[in-house]
Amino acid sequence: MKINLKIWRQKNKDTKGSFKSYQLDHVSADMSFLEMLDVLNNDLIHKGEESVAFDHDCREGICGMCSLYINGRPHGPQQTTTCQLHMRTFKDGETIVIEPWRAKAFPVIRDLVVDRTAFDRIQQAGGYVSVNTGGVPDANEIPIAKKVADEAFDSAACIGCGACVAACKNASAMLFVSAKVSQLALLPQGKPERKERVEKMVAQMDEEGFGACTNTGACEAECPKGISLTNIARMNREYFGAITTSYEVKVGGGD
Amino acid sequence: MNWFTNLLTSTLGRKLLMALTGLFLILFLVVHLIGNLQLLKHDDGHAFNVYAQFMTSNPLIKIVSYVNYTIILVHILWAIMLTSHNRKARGSEGYAVSKNSSAWTSRNMGILGSIIFIFLVIHLKGFWYEMHWGGIQTVDYEGKTVKNLYLVVAAAYAQFWYAALYVVSMLILGFHLWHGFASSFQTLGLNHPKYNPIIRFVGRAFAIVVPVLFALIPIWMYLNQDIYNK
Ligand code: SF4
Ligand code: FES
Repeated sequence: MKINLKIWRQKNKDTKGSFKSYQLDHVSADMSFLEMLDVLNNDLIHKGEESVAFDHDCREGICGMCSLYINGRPHGPQQTTTCQLHMRTFKDGETIVIEPWRAKAFPVIRDLVVDRTAFDRIQQAGGYVSVNTGGVPDANEIPIAKKVADEAFDSAACIGCGACVAACKNASAMLFVSAKVSQLALLPQGKPERKERVEKMVAQMDEEGFGACTNTGACEAECPKGISLTNIARMNREYFGAITTSYEVKVGGGD
Repeated sequence: MNWFTNLLTSTLGRKLLMALTGLFLILFLVVHLIGNLQLLKHDDGHAFNVYAQFMTSNPLIKIVSYVNYTIILVHILWAIMLTSHNRKARGSEGYAVSKNSSAWTSRNMGILGSIIFIFLVIHLKGFWYEMHWGGIQTVDYEGKTVKNLYLVVAAAYAQFWYAALYVVSMLILGFHLWHGFASSFQTLGLNHPKYNPIIRFVGRAFAIVVPVLFALIPIWMYLNQDIYNK
Protein backbone atom coordinates (compact mmCIF):
# COMPACT_ATOMS: atom_id res chain seq x y z
CA MET A 1 0.00 0.00 0.00
CA LYS A 2 0.93 3.63 -0.49
CA ILE A 3 1.19 5.89 2.52
CA ASN A 4 1.71 9.64 2.78
CA LEU A 5 3.29 10.84 5.96
CA LYS A 6 3.36 14.23 7.63
CA ILE A 7 5.94 14.02 10.37
CA TRP A 8 6.99 16.58 12.96
CA ARG A 9 10.71 17.29 12.56
CA GLN A 10 12.61 19.20 15.19
CA LYS A 11 16.38 19.33 15.59
CA ASN A 12 16.50 19.72 19.35
CA LYS A 13 14.80 21.18 22.38
CA ASP A 14 15.67 24.75 21.53
CA THR A 15 14.90 24.93 17.83
CA LYS A 16 11.48 25.31 16.32
CA GLY A 17 10.09 22.29 14.56
CA SER A 18 7.81 21.88 11.58
CA PHE A 19 6.03 19.22 9.57
CA LYS A 20 7.71 17.47 6.66
CA SER A 21 5.95 15.29 4.14
CA TYR A 22 7.18 11.89 3.02
CA GLN A 23 5.82 9.22 0.76
CA LEU A 24 6.18 5.46 1.03
CA ASP A 25 5.15 3.42 -1.99
CA HIS A 26 5.59 -0.13 -0.77
CA VAL A 27 4.17 -0.56 2.66
CA SER A 28 2.96 -3.99 3.70
CA ALA A 29 -0.35 -4.12 5.53
CA ASP A 30 1.26 -6.57 7.95
CA MET A 31 3.96 -4.16 9.04
CA SER A 32 3.72 -2.64 12.45
CA PHE A 33 3.61 1.13 12.57
CA LEU A 34 7.17 1.27 13.84
CA GLU A 35 8.39 -1.07 11.09
CA MET A 36 6.85 1.33 8.59
CA LEU A 37 8.91 4.11 10.17
CA ASP A 38 11.99 1.86 10.02
CA VAL A 39 11.45 1.54 6.28
CA LEU A 40 11.15 5.29 5.97
CA ASN A 41 14.34 5.79 7.96
CA ASN A 42 16.17 3.31 5.76
CA ASP A 43 15.14 5.31 2.71
CA LEU A 44 16.22 8.54 4.35
CA ILE A 45 19.61 7.16 5.31
CA HIS A 46 20.17 5.86 1.78
CA LYS A 47 19.36 9.29 0.48
CA GLY A 48 21.78 10.81 2.95
CA GLU A 49 19.07 12.57 4.95
CA GLU A 50 18.56 12.65 8.70
CA SER A 51 16.43 9.75 9.92
CA VAL A 52 13.34 10.42 12.01
CA ALA A 53 13.93 9.96 15.72
CA PHE A 54 11.20 8.09 17.62
CA ASP A 55 11.08 6.14 20.84
CA HIS A 56 10.72 2.38 20.98
CA ASP A 57 12.13 -0.58 22.80
CA CYS A 58 10.31 -3.86 23.39
CA ARG A 59 7.97 -3.56 20.41
CA GLU A 60 5.62 -5.96 22.11
CA GLY A 61 3.46 -3.56 24.05
CA ILE A 62 4.98 -3.96 27.49
CA CYS A 63 7.72 -1.42 28.01
CA GLY A 64 5.92 1.88 27.43
CA MET A 65 8.72 3.40 25.38
CA CYS A 66 6.86 3.92 22.11
CA SER A 67 4.67 6.97 21.80
CA LEU A 68 3.52 9.08 18.79
CA TYR A 69 0.37 11.11 18.33
CA ILE A 70 -1.03 9.55 15.18
CA ASN A 71 -3.84 11.22 13.25
CA GLY A 72 -4.96 13.11 16.31
CA ARG A 73 -4.82 10.28 18.82
CA PRO A 74 -2.07 8.96 21.07
CA HIS A 75 -0.89 5.53 19.85
CA GLY A 76 -3.14 5.94 16.82
CA PRO A 77 -6.71 4.91 16.12
CA GLN A 78 -6.71 1.75 18.22
CA GLN A 79 -6.45 1.35 21.95
CA THR A 80 -3.02 -0.28 21.78
CA THR A 81 0.55 0.86 21.90
CA THR A 82 2.04 2.22 18.69
CA CYS A 83 4.31 -0.81 18.42
CA GLN A 84 1.23 -3.04 18.38
CA LEU A 85 -0.51 -0.97 15.74
CA HIS A 86 -0.45 -2.41 12.24
CA MET A 87 -0.60 -0.73 8.88
CA ARG A 88 -3.74 -2.65 7.98
CA THR A 89 -5.55 -0.19 10.24
CA PHE A 90 -4.92 2.47 7.60
CA LYS A 91 -6.27 2.89 4.10
CA ASP A 92 -4.20 2.69 0.95
CA GLY A 93 -3.11 6.19 0.00
CA GLU A 94 -4.00 7.61 3.41
CA THR A 95 -2.13 10.60 4.81
CA ILE A 96 -0.95 9.97 8.34
CA VAL A 97 0.01 12.89 10.57
CA ILE A 98 2.55 11.99 13.24
CA GLU A 99 3.28 14.35 16.12
CA PRO A 100 5.15 13.99 19.40
CA TRP A 101 3.36 14.00 22.78
CA ARG A 102 2.58 17.59 23.65
CA ALA A 103 2.88 18.76 27.24
CA LYS A 104 5.00 21.28 29.06
CA ALA A 105 6.32 18.52 31.30
CA PHE A 106 7.24 16.42 28.23
CA PRO A 107 9.55 18.67 26.21
CA VAL A 108 10.44 17.50 22.70
CA ILE A 109 14.07 16.39 22.55
CA ARG A 110 14.20 15.61 18.88
CA ASP A 111 11.59 14.92 16.18
CA LEU A 112 9.07 12.62 17.82
CA VAL A 113 11.05 11.90 20.97
CA VAL A 114 9.93 13.63 24.15
CA ASP A 115 11.56 13.70 27.56
CA ARG A 116 9.39 11.62 29.88
CA THR A 117 11.76 11.56 32.84
CA ALA A 118 9.15 13.55 34.78
CA PHE A 119 7.39 10.19 35.20
CA ASP A 120 10.58 8.67 36.58
CA ARG A 121 10.91 11.44 39.13
CA ILE A 122 7.31 10.94 40.24
CA GLN A 123 8.01 7.23 40.68
CA GLN A 124 11.18 7.94 42.60
CA ALA A 125 9.27 10.25 44.91
CA GLY A 126 7.24 7.40 46.33
CA GLY A 127 6.20 4.75 43.85
CA TYR A 128 7.95 1.92 45.64
CA VAL A 129 7.83 -0.23 48.74
CA SER A 130 10.81 -0.30 51.05
CA VAL A 131 11.98 -3.84 51.71
CA ASN A 132 14.21 -4.67 54.63
CA THR A 133 17.05 -7.07 54.13
CA GLY A 134 16.85 -10.47 55.75
CA GLY A 135 15.37 -13.81 54.88
CA VAL A 136 13.08 -13.97 51.87
CA PRO A 137 9.48 -13.90 53.10
CA ASP A 138 7.20 -16.66 51.93
CA ALA A 139 5.24 -15.54 48.88
CA ASN A 140 1.89 -16.56 50.29
CA GLU A 141 2.48 -15.42 53.83
CA ILE A 142 0.00 -12.55 53.65
CA PRO A 143 -3.46 -13.48 52.40
CA ILE A 144 -4.85 -11.07 49.80
CA ALA A 145 -8.40 -11.25 48.53
CA LYS A 146 -8.54 -12.31 44.90
CA LYS A 147 -10.53 -9.25 43.87
CA VAL A 148 -8.10 -6.92 45.56
CA ALA A 149 -5.15 -8.67 43.97
CA ASP A 150 -6.86 -8.40 40.57
CA GLU A 151 -7.58 -4.72 41.05
CA ALA A 152 -3.98 -4.05 42.06
CA PHE A 153 -2.82 -6.03 39.06
CA ASP A 154 -5.01 -4.00 36.72
CA SER A 155 -3.47 -0.81 38.08
CA ALA A 156 -0.01 -2.30 37.79
CA ALA A 157 -0.61 -2.83 34.08
CA CYS A 158 0.29 0.83 33.47
CA ILE A 159 3.44 0.94 31.37
CA GLY A 160 4.16 4.63 31.91
CA CYS A 161 3.85 5.54 28.24
CA GLY A 162 2.33 8.95 28.84
CA ALA A 163 -0.56 8.63 26.39
CA CYS A 164 -2.86 9.81 29.16
CA VAL A 165 -0.95 13.08 29.40
CA ALA A 166 -0.86 13.41 25.63
CA ALA A 167 -4.60 12.87 25.32
CA CYS A 168 -5.64 15.11 28.18
CA LYS A 169 -6.66 18.66 27.36
CA ASN A 170 -5.09 19.65 30.68
CA ALA A 171 -1.93 17.59 30.19
CA SER A 172 -2.75 15.94 33.47
CA ALA A 173 -0.71 12.95 34.61
CA MET A 174 -3.30 11.79 37.08
CA LEU A 175 -4.16 8.52 35.37
CA PHE A 176 -0.51 7.48 35.47
CA VAL A 177 0.12 8.67 39.02
CA SER A 178 -3.12 7.18 40.29
CA ALA A 179 -2.30 3.81 38.76
CA LYS A 180 1.07 3.86 40.49
CA VAL A 181 -0.47 4.96 43.77
CA SER A 182 -3.24 2.38 43.51
CA GLN A 183 -1.17 -0.69 42.73
CA LEU A 184 0.62 -0.27 46.05
CA ALA A 185 -2.14 1.26 48.16
CA LEU A 186 -4.35 -1.75 47.51
CA LEU A 187 -1.85 -4.30 48.75
CA PRO A 188 -0.76 -5.00 52.33
CA GLN A 189 2.89 -4.58 51.35
CA GLY A 190 2.17 -1.01 50.30
CA LYS A 191 0.26 -0.02 53.43
CA PRO A 192 3.11 1.15 55.70
CA GLU A 193 4.17 3.91 53.31
CA ARG A 194 0.73 4.57 51.98
CA LYS A 195 0.15 8.13 53.16
CA GLU A 196 3.67 9.31 52.61
CA ARG A 197 3.65 7.83 49.12
CA VAL A 198 0.59 9.60 47.81
CA GLU A 199 1.58 12.95 49.31
CA LYS A 200 5.05 12.82 47.83
CA MET A 201 3.97 11.57 44.43
CA VAL A 202 1.26 14.20 44.07
CA ALA A 203 3.69 16.90 45.20
CA GLN A 204 6.19 15.74 42.59
CA MET A 205 3.49 15.58 39.93
CA ASP A 206 2.61 19.21 40.62
CA GLU A 207 6.27 20.15 40.73
CA GLU A 208 6.74 18.76 37.22
CA GLY A 209 4.02 21.07 35.92
CA PHE A 210 1.34 18.58 34.90
CA GLY A 211 -2.22 19.87 34.77
CA ALA A 212 -5.18 19.19 37.02
CA CYS A 213 -7.72 16.56 36.07
CA THR A 214 -11.17 17.78 35.06
CA ASN A 215 -12.63 14.30 34.68
CA THR A 216 -13.05 14.39 30.93
CA GLY A 217 -12.07 10.74 30.65
CA ALA A 218 -9.92 11.20 27.54
CA CYS A 219 -7.03 9.41 29.29
CA GLU A 220 -9.09 6.34 30.06
CA ALA A 221 -10.34 6.23 26.47
CA GLU A 222 -6.80 6.37 25.09
CA CYS A 223 -4.80 4.35 27.62
CA PRO A 224 -3.39 1.27 25.85
CA LYS A 225 -3.57 -0.68 29.09
CA GLY A 226 -7.16 0.10 30.02
CA ILE A 227 -6.30 1.93 33.25
CA SER A 228 -9.62 3.26 34.55
CA LEU A 229 -10.69 6.54 36.11
CA THR A 230 -11.48 4.61 39.28
CA ASN A 231 -7.78 4.88 40.01
CA ILE A 232 -7.96 8.67 39.98
CA ALA A 233 -10.84 8.64 42.45
CA ARG A 234 -8.81 6.31 44.63
CA MET A 235 -5.79 8.56 44.47
CA ASN A 236 -7.95 11.55 45.44
CA ARG A 237 -9.29 9.58 48.40
CA GLU A 238 -5.83 8.47 49.40
CA TYR A 239 -4.48 11.99 49.08
CA PHE A 240 -7.20 13.80 51.01
CA GLY A 241 -7.10 11.12 53.67
CA ALA A 242 -3.33 11.27 53.90
CA ILE A 243 -2.89 15.01 53.95
CA THR A 244 -5.53 15.54 56.63
CA THR A 245 -4.31 12.77 58.92
CA SER A 246 -0.62 12.16 58.32
CA TYR A 247 1.97 13.53 60.69
CA GLU A 248 5.12 11.84 59.58
CA VAL A 249 5.78 13.62 56.34
CA LYS A 250 6.42 17.09 55.08
CA VAL A 251 5.11 17.55 51.59
CA GLY A 252 7.23 18.98 48.81
CA GLY A 253 10.59 17.85 50.17
CA GLY A 254 12.83 19.84 52.53
CA ASP A 255 10.91 21.64 55.20
CA MET B 1 -0.66 24.93 58.81
CA ASN B 2 1.79 24.02 56.09
CA TRP B 3 -0.21 20.95 55.19
CA PHE B 4 -3.32 23.06 54.85
CA THR B 5 -1.83 25.45 52.31
CA ASN B 6 -0.39 22.44 50.51
CA LEU B 7 -3.83 20.93 50.41
CA LEU B 8 -5.40 24.06 48.98
CA THR B 9 -2.69 24.85 46.46
CA SER B 10 -2.02 21.36 45.11
CA THR B 11 -3.79 20.40 41.92
CA LEU B 12 -5.84 17.87 43.85
CA GLY B 13 -6.75 20.36 46.53
CA ARG B 14 -7.94 22.92 44.02
CA LYS B 15 -10.09 20.29 42.42
CA LEU B 16 -11.41 19.45 45.86
CA LEU B 17 -12.51 23.05 46.30
CA MET B 18 -14.19 23.04 42.90
CA ALA B 19 -16.08 19.89 43.82
CA LEU B 20 -17.14 21.00 47.29
CA THR B 21 -18.27 24.44 46.16
CA GLY B 22 -19.99 22.88 43.18
CA LEU B 23 -21.94 20.48 45.38
CA PHE B 24 -22.94 23.31 47.68
CA LEU B 25 -24.22 25.30 44.72
CA ILE B 26 -26.18 22.26 43.60
CA LEU B 27 -27.90 22.27 46.99
CA PHE B 28 -28.49 25.98 46.63
CA LEU B 29 -30.18 25.40 43.27
CA VAL B 30 -32.67 23.08 44.94
CA VAL B 31 -33.57 25.63 47.61
CA HIS B 32 -33.79 28.38 45.03
CA LEU B 33 -36.00 26.26 42.82
CA ILE B 34 -38.42 25.40 45.60
CA GLY B 35 -38.81 29.10 46.30
CA ASN B 36 -39.30 30.00 42.67
CA LEU B 37 -41.94 27.38 42.13
CA GLN B 38 -44.20 29.54 44.33
CA LEU B 39 -44.48 31.77 41.27
CA LEU B 40 -46.60 29.15 39.59
CA LYS B 41 -49.31 29.54 42.21
CA HIS B 42 -52.05 31.82 41.07
CA ASP B 43 -52.25 33.79 44.30
CA ASP B 44 -51.08 37.15 43.02
CA GLY B 45 -47.65 36.46 44.37
CA HIS B 46 -48.57 36.03 48.01
CA ALA B 47 -46.54 32.88 48.64
CA PHE B 48 -43.61 34.09 46.55
CA ASN B 49 -43.44 37.50 48.19
CA VAL B 50 -43.56 36.03 51.66
CA TYR B 51 -40.79 33.63 50.66
CA ALA B 52 -38.66 36.42 49.14
CA GLN B 53 -39.13 38.57 52.22
CA PHE B 54 -38.12 35.67 54.45
CA MET B 55 -35.03 34.96 52.38
CA THR B 56 -33.83 38.56 52.60
CA SER B 57 -34.62 39.27 56.24
CA ASN B 58 -34.12 36.11 58.29
CA PRO B 59 -30.75 36.47 60.09
CA LEU B 60 -29.83 32.82 59.70
CA ILE B 61 -30.59 32.90 55.99
CA LYS B 62 -28.52 36.09 55.81
CA ILE B 63 -25.48 34.21 57.07
CA VAL B 64 -26.13 31.35 54.68
CA SER B 65 -26.45 33.79 51.81
CA TYR B 66 -23.07 35.34 52.60
CA VAL B 67 -21.60 31.86 52.64
CA ASN B 68 -23.28 31.30 49.32
CA TYR B 69 -21.79 34.46 47.75
CA THR B 70 -18.36 33.42 48.96
CA ILE B 71 -18.79 29.95 47.55
CA ILE B 72 -19.84 31.27 44.17
CA LEU B 73 -16.74 33.48 44.16
CA VAL B 74 -14.44 30.62 45.18
CA HIS B 75 -15.96 28.38 42.51
CA ILE B 76 -15.29 31.03 39.87
CA LEU B 77 -11.83 32.09 41.07
CA TRP B 78 -10.59 28.54 41.46
CA ALA B 79 -11.95 27.66 38.05
CA ILE B 80 -9.96 30.52 36.54
CA MET B 81 -6.87 29.45 38.47
CA LEU B 82 -7.19 25.82 37.41
CA THR B 83 -7.87 26.70 33.81
CA SER B 84 -4.83 28.92 33.51
CA HIS B 85 -2.70 26.27 35.24
CA ASN B 86 -3.97 23.63 32.84
CA ARG B 87 -3.38 25.85 29.82
CA LYS B 88 0.21 26.28 30.90
CA ALA B 89 0.61 22.55 31.45
CA ARG B 90 -0.48 21.90 27.88
CA GLY B 91 2.59 23.77 26.65
CA SER B 92 3.04 26.33 23.91
CA GLU B 93 2.90 24.03 20.90
CA GLY B 94 -0.48 22.47 20.24
CA TYR B 95 -1.46 19.46 18.15
CA ALA B 96 -2.00 20.01 14.44
CA VAL B 97 -4.58 17.23 14.34
CA SER B 98 -6.58 16.23 17.36
CA LYS B 99 -9.56 13.92 17.77
CA ASN B 100 -11.60 14.10 20.92
CA SER B 101 -12.28 11.01 22.92
CA SER B 102 -14.16 12.74 25.71
CA ALA B 103 -17.62 14.20 26.18
CA TRP B 104 -18.31 17.70 24.89
CA THR B 105 -19.66 18.98 28.20
CA SER B 106 -16.62 17.79 30.11
CA ARG B 107 -14.28 19.69 27.82
CA ASN B 108 -16.26 22.91 27.89
CA MET B 109 -17.05 23.46 31.54
CA GLY B 110 -15.16 26.75 31.46
CA ILE B 111 -17.18 28.15 28.56
CA LEU B 112 -20.44 26.88 30.01
CA GLY B 113 -19.52 28.34 33.38
CA SER B 114 -18.63 31.71 31.84
CA ILE B 115 -22.03 31.91 30.15
CA ILE B 116 -23.70 31.02 33.43
CA PHE B 117 -21.69 33.79 35.06
CA ILE B 118 -22.93 36.36 32.54
CA PHE B 119 -26.45 35.14 33.17
CA LEU B 120 -25.86 35.41 36.90
CA VAL B 121 -24.85 39.06 36.60
CA ILE B 122 -27.98 39.91 34.60
CA HIS B 123 -30.07 37.83 36.97
CA LEU B 124 -28.68 39.45 40.11
CA LYS B 125 -29.06 42.92 38.65
CA GLY B 126 -32.65 42.21 37.63
CA PHE B 127 -33.99 40.71 40.84
CA TRP B 128 -31.50 40.44 43.66
CA TYR B 129 -30.31 44.04 43.34
CA GLU B 130 -33.88 45.30 42.91
CA MET B 131 -35.00 43.38 45.96
CA HIS B 132 -32.22 44.79 48.13
CA TRP B 133 -31.73 48.31 46.88
CA GLY B 134 -34.22 48.97 44.12
CA GLY B 135 -37.42 50.97 44.58
CA ILE B 136 -39.95 48.18 44.75
CA GLN B 137 -43.64 48.58 45.43
CA THR B 138 -44.83 47.06 48.68
CA VAL B 139 -47.87 45.03 49.47
CA ASP B 140 -49.65 44.30 52.76
CA TYR B 141 -50.37 40.77 53.92
CA GLU B 142 -52.28 40.56 57.21
CA GLY B 143 -50.77 43.79 58.41
CA LYS B 144 -47.24 42.92 57.33
CA THR B 145 -45.66 45.03 54.65
CA VAL B 146 -43.46 43.11 52.22
CA LYS B 147 -41.78 44.10 48.97
CA ASN B 148 -43.69 42.96 45.93
CA LEU B 149 -40.89 41.19 44.06
CA TYR B 150 -43.56 39.22 42.29
CA LEU B 151 -44.49 42.30 40.23
CA VAL B 152 -40.88 42.74 39.14
CA VAL B 153 -40.65 39.10 38.07
CA ALA B 154 -43.95 39.17 36.23
CA ALA B 155 -42.96 42.32 34.37
CA ALA B 156 -39.60 40.84 33.45
CA TYR B 157 -41.00 37.59 32.11
CA ALA B 158 -43.60 39.42 30.09
CA GLN B 159 -40.75 40.40 27.77
CA PHE B 160 -40.01 37.71 25.26
CA TRP B 161 -36.25 38.22 25.20
CA TYR B 162 -35.97 38.18 28.95
CA ALA B 163 -37.89 34.93 29.21
CA ALA B 164 -35.88 33.47 26.32
CA LEU B 165 -32.61 34.43 28.00
CA TYR B 166 -33.69 32.50 31.05
CA VAL B 167 -34.63 29.44 29.10
CA VAL B 168 -31.34 29.40 27.18
CA SER B 169 -29.36 29.97 30.36
CA MET B 170 -31.07 27.03 32.00
CA LEU B 171 -30.13 24.87 29.04
CA ILE B 172 -26.51 25.89 29.54
CA LEU B 173 -26.82 25.22 33.26
CA GLY B 174 -28.12 21.76 32.42
CA PHE B 175 -25.02 21.00 30.36
CA HIS B 176 -22.81 22.31 33.16
CA LEU B 177 -24.54 20.06 35.66
CA TRP B 178 -24.50 17.09 33.29
CA HIS B 179 -20.77 16.89 33.78
CA GLY B 180 -20.41 18.70 37.08
CA PHE B 181 -22.64 16.61 39.29
CA ALA B 182 -21.01 13.22 38.82
CA SER B 183 -17.61 14.80 38.32
CA SER B 184 -17.60 16.30 41.80
CA PHE B 185 -18.14 12.86 43.30
CA GLN B 186 -15.27 11.46 41.27
CA THR B 187 -13.03 14.29 42.48
CA LEU B 188 -13.99 13.68 46.10
CA GLY B 189 -12.96 10.09 45.56
CA LEU B 190 -16.53 8.87 46.04
CA ASN B 191 -16.32 6.24 43.40
CA HIS B 192 -17.49 2.73 44.03
CA PRO B 193 -18.98 0.18 41.66
CA LYS B 194 -21.98 -0.17 43.96
CA TYR B 195 -22.82 3.52 43.90
CA ASN B 196 -21.46 4.77 40.58
CA PRO B 197 -24.62 3.96 38.62
CA ILE B 198 -26.77 5.76 41.20
CA ILE B 199 -24.53 8.83 41.20
CA ARG B 200 -24.53 8.93 37.43
CA PHE B 201 -28.28 8.51 37.24
CA VAL B 202 -29.08 11.09 39.90
CA GLY B 203 -26.60 13.50 38.33
CA ARG B 204 -28.16 13.24 34.91
CA ALA B 205 -31.70 13.36 36.23
CA PHE B 206 -30.78 16.44 38.25
CA ALA B 207 -29.18 18.07 35.22
CA ILE B 208 -32.43 17.67 33.32
CA VAL B 209 -35.16 18.09 35.92
CA VAL B 210 -33.87 21.14 37.80
CA PRO B 211 -33.08 23.35 34.78
CA VAL B 212 -36.34 22.30 33.13
CA LEU B 213 -38.35 23.29 36.18
CA PHE B 214 -36.46 26.58 36.41
CA ALA B 215 -37.09 27.26 32.73
CA LEU B 216 -40.74 26.36 33.05
CA ILE B 217 -41.38 29.39 35.24
CA PRO B 218 -40.52 32.11 32.67
CA ILE B 219 -42.20 30.10 29.93
CA TRP B 220 -45.35 29.68 31.96
CA MET B 221 -45.43 33.30 33.06
CA TYR B 222 -44.81 34.55 29.55
CA LEU B 223 -47.63 32.45 28.16
CA ASN B 224 -50.08 33.39 30.92
CA GLN B 225 -49.56 37.08 31.02
CA ASP B 226 -53.28 37.70 31.39
CA ILE B 227 -53.08 36.08 34.81
CA TYR B 228 -49.73 37.50 35.88
CA ASN B 229 -49.93 41.07 34.63
CA LYS B 230 -53.41 42.19 35.42
S1 SF4 C 1 -2.09 5.18 32.58
FE1 SF4 C 1 -2.19 4.23 30.56
S2 SF4 C 1 -1.77 5.93 29.15
FE2 SF4 C 1 -1.09 6.60 31.16
S3 SF4 C 1 1.06 6.08 31.29
FE3 SF4 C 1 -0.06 4.33 32.17
S4 SF4 C 1 -0.38 2.94 30.44
FE4 SF4 C 1 0.22 4.91 29.53
S1 FES D 1 7.93 -0.38 22.25
FE1 FES D 1 7.57 -1.24 24.20
S2 FES D 1 5.48 -0.81 24.46
FE2 FES D 1 5.77 -0.15 22.42
